[in-house]
This record gives sequence, structure tokens and C-alpha cells, in this order.
Amino acid sequence: MTDTDNWDWETGRKPVADLSLWQESYSYQEEPFASPDGETVASVVRNEDEEFTVATQAAGKEIQTWENAYDKVWNLKYGPDGRLSALISDMAEWTVSTDDTPWENTYDFVWDMTLTAPGDHIAVSAQKELQYSAVIDDIPWETQFTRLTGMTLSQDGKHTAAVIETELLLEAEIFKFRKGCYSVAIDGTPWKQTFMNVWEPCFSRDSSHVAASVRTNYRDYTIAVNGKAWDRNYGSVWAPVFSPTDDSVIAPVKENGRWTLATDGGKVWDTSFSQLWHPTYSLDGNRIAAIVAPTFGLWTVAVDGIAWEATFNEFLTDLVLSPDGQRAGCIFKHDGMWGVAVDGKPWQGRFDMAWKPVFSRDGNHVAAKVETNGSYTVVVDGVPLDRSFSRLEMPVFSPDGSRLLLRGVEKDVYYREIVDLG
Amino acid sequence: MTDSTPVPDNEIDDQGIIQGVEQLSPEKIERIINEVLSEETGAKLKVYVDTCVHCGLCSEGCHYYVSRDKDPKFSPAGKVKQTMWEIMRKKGKVSPEFIKQAAVIAYTQCNLCKRCAMYCPFGIDIAYVLSVVRRICHRLGVVPLYIQDTAHSHSVTGNQMWVKDDEWVDTLMWQEEEARDEAPNLRIPLDVEGADTFYSVIGPEPKFRAQLIYQAAMIMNAAGEDWTMPSMPGWDNSDMCMFTGDYEMMERLKKMHFEAATKLKAKRIVMGECGHAFRSVYDMGNRALGWKMPPIPIVHALEYYHELFSQDKIKIKHKFDRPVTLHDPCNIVRGRGLHEMARSVVNSTCKTFIEMTPNREHNYCCGAGGGVINCGPPFKNARLDSNKIKAEQLFAAKAKGAEVVIAPCHNCHGGLEDIIHHYGVDMELKFLGDIIYEIMEKPEE
Repeated sequence: MTDTDNWDWETGRKPVADLSLWQESYSYQEEPFASPDGETVASVVRNEDEEFTVATQAAGKEIQTWENAYDKVWNLKYGPDGRLSALISDMAEWTVSTDDTPWENTYDFVWDMTLTAPGDHIAVSAQKELQYSAVIDDIPWETQFTRLTGMTLSQDGKHTAAVIETELLLEAEIFKFRKGCYSVAIDGTPWKQTFMNVWEPCFSRDSSHVAASVRTNYRDYTIAVNGKAWDRNYGSVWAPVFSPTDDSVIAPVKENGRWTLATDGGKVWDTSFSQLWHPTYSLDGNRIAAIVAPTFGLWTVAVDGIAWEATFNEFLTDLVLSPDGQRAGCIFKHDGMWGVAVDGKPWQGRFDMAWKPVFSRDGNHVAAKVETNGSYTVVVDGVPLDRSFSRLEMPVFSPDGSRLLLRGVEKDVYYREIVDLG
Repeated sequence: MTDSTPVPDNEIDDQGIIQGVEQLSPEKIERIINEVLSEETGAKLKVYVDTCVHCGLCSEGCHYYVSRDKDPKFSPAGKVKQTMWEIMRKKGKVSPEFIKQAAVIAYTQCNLCKRCAMYCPFGIDIAYVLSVVRRICHRLGVVPLYIQDTAHSHSVTGNQMWVKDDEWVDTLMWQEEEARDEAPNLRIPLDVEGADTFYSVIGPEPKFRAQLIYQAAMIMNAAGEDWTMPSMPGWDNSDMCMFTGDYEMMERLKKMHFEAATKLKAKRIVMGECGHAFRSVYDMGNRALGWKMPPIPIVHALEYYHELFSQDKIKIKHKFDRPVTLHDPCNIVRGRGLHEMARSVVNSTCKTFIEMTPNREHNYCCGAGGGVINCGPPFKNARLDSNKIKAEQLFAAKAKGAEVVIAPCHNCHGGLEDIIHHYGVDMELKFLGDIIYEIMEKPEE
């Protein structure tokens, strides 16, 4: 949910940083990351004191280095709001630093750094003295657990949920395991119900509900919402998804050896597939698309239960619906090469790698980053741009969809470029 | 071979099996067996069982049979006779005691090594038949305790050693820091999107053999590899669920593994020296999910080492100068045909190579594979007694001058280590990575 309206959309290419100078300035430098608007670039570097820190540079400015330096800096990430965060460690104490301002609390380890869509809240998983919790904006859960995984942050950034161990399970306690030692904790409070396994908790849009996939015994899988399992069990399930408009939940389920899409009341789709995963809703909640294998070894996209005619024989991923829900795009691998498909039609080009397609706000245009022989470019509506980079971030459409922001490196210079799609 | 009663074994001391059987009823057994047979098997199982003419040619192919004084009950056909034939003949009406013995046979007296299939005139895949027996036992909750615990670990953590999310990343950072004493700018690159190579390992590496991650990082660094490792679950390519018969969990694990790699846009997965994990990512797990082949190429460490030398990616200071022999791991040799590639790498790195006999696809299993070593201490002595032939094979290689055994597989390491100690073979055991790390030129030293 990056606000692109106020960015500079004037066409042209602007050099932002000569990265060869960075290499002269620092004995160690990791890969550079561009800010969402492309105006600055940042990287983890090692300073003269052999400590790790963060260097940034904006167009026409000198290289800036964070005042603080650490034993380790990891997971450097620009938020959608342009703030720069990383996980940092000094004397074996870990915390989060945003724009060179570390949180006050420290932990024995932090990971899973997660930001809300606007970038205004940050959560991490944390371990201190072998006790585990989640932390939002420097405020940890009041309750700790012996094990925690799969942390997720609510859309409003006010809540976290994670899979936790409800009582300490020692190795080889297989019969205790079967009784159920796992649950979901929300803001540190576990569900009353425990399960043999719990995976992939997720929040509803308004943060008032949490769903997760669960296993109640070796043969029964289902979905639990707020701790309550669906009435029906299945041979297997994949991660649940909340509707963006209400509190209903869908999930891929396996029944009689075939996969379909179900909700608590039964089937959502009448069709079944050899495989089905990663269902995704349109923003208005009216359409659902998913990655499916109609038959063994062939992959495609199904929208509202109807599979595309085109199939791909190796892999399909990065399914995305346009903001209005009318169009669908994905990337695929067929006969050893990667490609982009939109609305059931594969684009012509084949590549060494392709990235998730990006729709313009009005859904009229689609762009995808692709790579061939280490050279990156963007394909727009099936046509590759006539420029390439040695490193490239994801493309961003202007609000009206007429221009495209490219953020890439060519001959060691990081550029910000606006391309008119005319 | 006329007696169809399962072999009684009063020595069983495994609570996973004993307590699992206590919770069975004949009705539950019959129901589960028939569910598995009708819903999950088909012509393949029936053809295998019906085609067998009981010729016994598979017997000599099995290290259990050969090591157990040619006792017919340890022959591959004998194991099927004591389990699946009886299950099918009685249409699932078998007793809890039968299931107990069937579990012992399927989980601990067969390595699923598929050597016997090569000697069967019809090519019957007996390992598949015994895998169906394991599947039934899993569904009944009768699984040896130690491997069941490992499967539980997989289900909770995504790895087989109960390694927590923070412990994994911390271990990688620790190895990176250690390696920087040798190569100051070395990096174990975490979550680098767009790296060519995604490197994955098995759970025991961060838990017990972290130096292997160090060595791999040094090798990747020297080769100038554009590589990454994930910070999130999905880093472990191993799969004991495949061996317990928990195929739903196998699918979940493989999905996690491949999605960790494809999320980072890696073009290929290079995996460490593990055989069973290769079977899981290259054959069983990927296909269970609906991929005919792995969705992105899987490169076993042995293939990767071959690439290093055939493409001159690294240089060596000198060849390893102690005489070596090579153990061919079942899953990458019978399962993938990497035996000549293995010899090429050994000849590129070692001065004196002495073949053990038999070799290549005819090599004897280490006795640890198929999850047998993961069944733990209750079955350790039986496992070692059942692989006397492997000890004899090692002694023969030693008599020809071999001092070091190279085994490019984790389970093989565990199995051979036990055999070397148990039988007093007195040979040193190494991974290929150990040797490459020892002899290679390190760019920044």
C-alpha cells in the first residue's frame, strides 16, 4: 500500500549512486536495495572499525553511513513508507533498528521481521532466555512460550499471532505429542484448544478472527477458526485464506485423492484437481483464483473453479489478480524456461527467470521483471523494454498506469528511471 | 517358506511399536488396511504381488539375508511373505501381534535400498511393497519411537531435529563468523532473492555437523557461486516422514522446501551430501505433490562437485594422498545413476582410489538407509548384525590398501561409522566435501 501519487513521475533516467565508490569506501558490502520510490539506495557494509552498519545514498548526495555500528546487521529492508529497518546485534543482544534508531528492548535473537502494508508497524519473533514471544513496535507479548513459529501480523499492525507450544514437549514424547501440544497464540493469549499440529495462522481483514490449518490425528486435517475446528475433516489441507469482505474462510482440501476449495459449510468449487494451492481473492471478494494441476504434472490457473485451457508442464507460481479482480497473471516454467501468462494466455518470451506480474491500478497494463543470462529487464503487456540492467527491483506503475518506475543497476551505477509507456 | 506366521521376536523393546499396538483392535486394523489398499494402491501392488514366482533370486541381493546366514525370513520375498502377502490373503483380518511384527520387518529389516529389485527377473520393486506396509503401520500409529519422533519434529519445525527458527539462523551466522577467520569477506548469504543457487542441507547439519555448512560455504565462496540459504523453514531437504509412511507430511515438507527456493527465485537447488533427501526431493515428494520432476533442478552435492572440477571452478593445492575407497549410496546411485560421476570426482581429488567390491549399482547398502538407523538404539544391534557383509566388503577394500572410506551421504556415514566400530574395521570415514575442503586452494588465505 505504497502511496505513489506524490512521487516524481517525470520521464528520464537519474543516476542515484555510483556503487563502485561504495566498494572503495568499504571492505565489505552486501547487495544494494532501492527505496520504494527509487530515490535512495542502501546496503549493509563493514566500516573501518570492522563493524557492520548501513550505508545509504540519494541522488546528488554523499554516501551516508548510520551512526551506529554493530556486530551483525541482517535483513535490511525498506518499508513501503521509505523507512529503512534491519535486525541488529551487539554483544549478542538483538533488536530492530529503523532509520538508525534501535528499539529499547533487546533479545537473545529476533527474526521474521514483518511490516504492515503502509509500513507503520513492525513485528518480529523473539527469543530471550529460551522463551519465545512476538514483538510489535518494541512491545513484546507478556506471555512467553517454549516454542514459537509462523508469526503473522494483522493488517492494522496491532496484533500478532503465531503457532506456539502449549506445554513443553521433550524429544521422544510421541504419545504426549498425539494428545496435542500446539495451538495459536494471539497477542500472547493461546486458544483454549490444542492440536497435534498447527500451521499458517492468518488474520481476518478486521483482525478479529484467526484461522489456521490443523492436524488432529495422523489422518485428519482441517481448518480451525478462533480455535474451533471445522466440522469436516480432510485427508490434507493447505493454508486458509479469509475473504477480504467478511469473516468467511476458504482453504484447499484433499478428499478422495483430489483437491478442491472448501469452506466450513462444504465445497466452494464443484471442480476438483490433482493439486490446488495458493487461492487468492479479488479485493472485492467476488472472485477467487488458485494454482491448480488439472491432471498430474500439468499446471495452470483456475478462476472461480474454471481452469485456463493453457497448461504448463513444470511449475506455476506468483499468481496475482488485478485490483479490479477482472484479470489474472502468473509466471510459469515450461520445458525448462520461465514465462509470464496473463488471462490464460502465455506471453511469447521465455526467460531464465521471471517475477510476479504487477498490474497497473486500473488493471489495463501488466509488467513483469524477467532475467536472461544475468541481464534483467521488464516486459510490459508482453513486450520487453529496450533497456537492461545487471540488477533490477520490481517495477512500479504510475497512478494512471501510463509510466513505469525502474530501479536498477547498470555498470555499477544505480539508476532511477521513469519510462513512458506511451 | 511355507509357514505364513510372522517371525516372533521377543527382543523388541520399542515403545512406539509396543504402545502403538496396545491401542489397536482387529476392526481398526481391518478398516485401515482396506482403506490403504483400496484408496492408495492399485494395479502396481497387485501386479508385484501376483507376479512373484517365489524363485528366491532376490535373496542374494539382500544384505540382511546374506549377513543373517541366509535365513529365508530375511530374504526380500520372505519379508513380503510375512507381511503384505498375509495382509492381502486375509483381506486385512490380521491381529495386533501381526502388525507388531510387520512393523518390525518393514521399518527395521529393510532399508528400501532396491538392490533386490535388480536381481528379480521381473524387476519387482519390493521396497515399494514394504513401503505400503509402512504406510499401513503409520495409519495405525505403530511406528518405532525414534523415527516417529523425527517425523513429529518435521511436522512442527519443518526439520528433522527440532531445530528452532532462531537456532537455524544463529548457526549459519556462527559458521559464517568462524569461516571469516579464514576468508574475511566470506558470507553465508541469507534470503538473497535472485541468487542462482539455493543451498539446502539436512537437519543434522546445524545440529551435529555444523562444520559441513562451514565447508560448503568455503567451497561456494572459492567457486564464486551466486548462492543463498533461506532463513525460514524449508531449509531442511530431509524427510523421515517419507520413511514412516506419513505421506501427507512428506508433501507438506517438500512443498515448504521447493517454495522456499522458488520464493527466492533460485534457478536450482544444490543439496548437501544426503541420499534419502535426494530420493524425497527428486522422486517421492515432488511426485506426490503433482510435479513429474522437481519444479526447479535438484543438484546433488556429488553432481555439484563434478561441476566444480569439470568446469574448473575451484583449484586444488594437491590431491588427497591417503588411499581411499568409495561407498556408492543407494539413493543417488541406484536412484539416479551418479556412480561414474562419483568416480570422476574421487579421481580428481584423490591420489589412490581403490574400488570396493561389489560397487556402483551393485554396492551393498550401509544398513542405515530407509530410516532404519533413525529407528534408534532399540534396533542398533540388530542393524549391525544384519550388515556383516558390508563389514567384509570394507575389510576387503582395506586389505587392498584403502585407509579412508568416502561416503557422500549422511545416513551412509552413520551406518558405516557404526559398522566400522562394531566390527573393528579401523578405517576413517569422510564426506567428499571434507576432502575437497582439505585440498582446495582457498582464495583469501
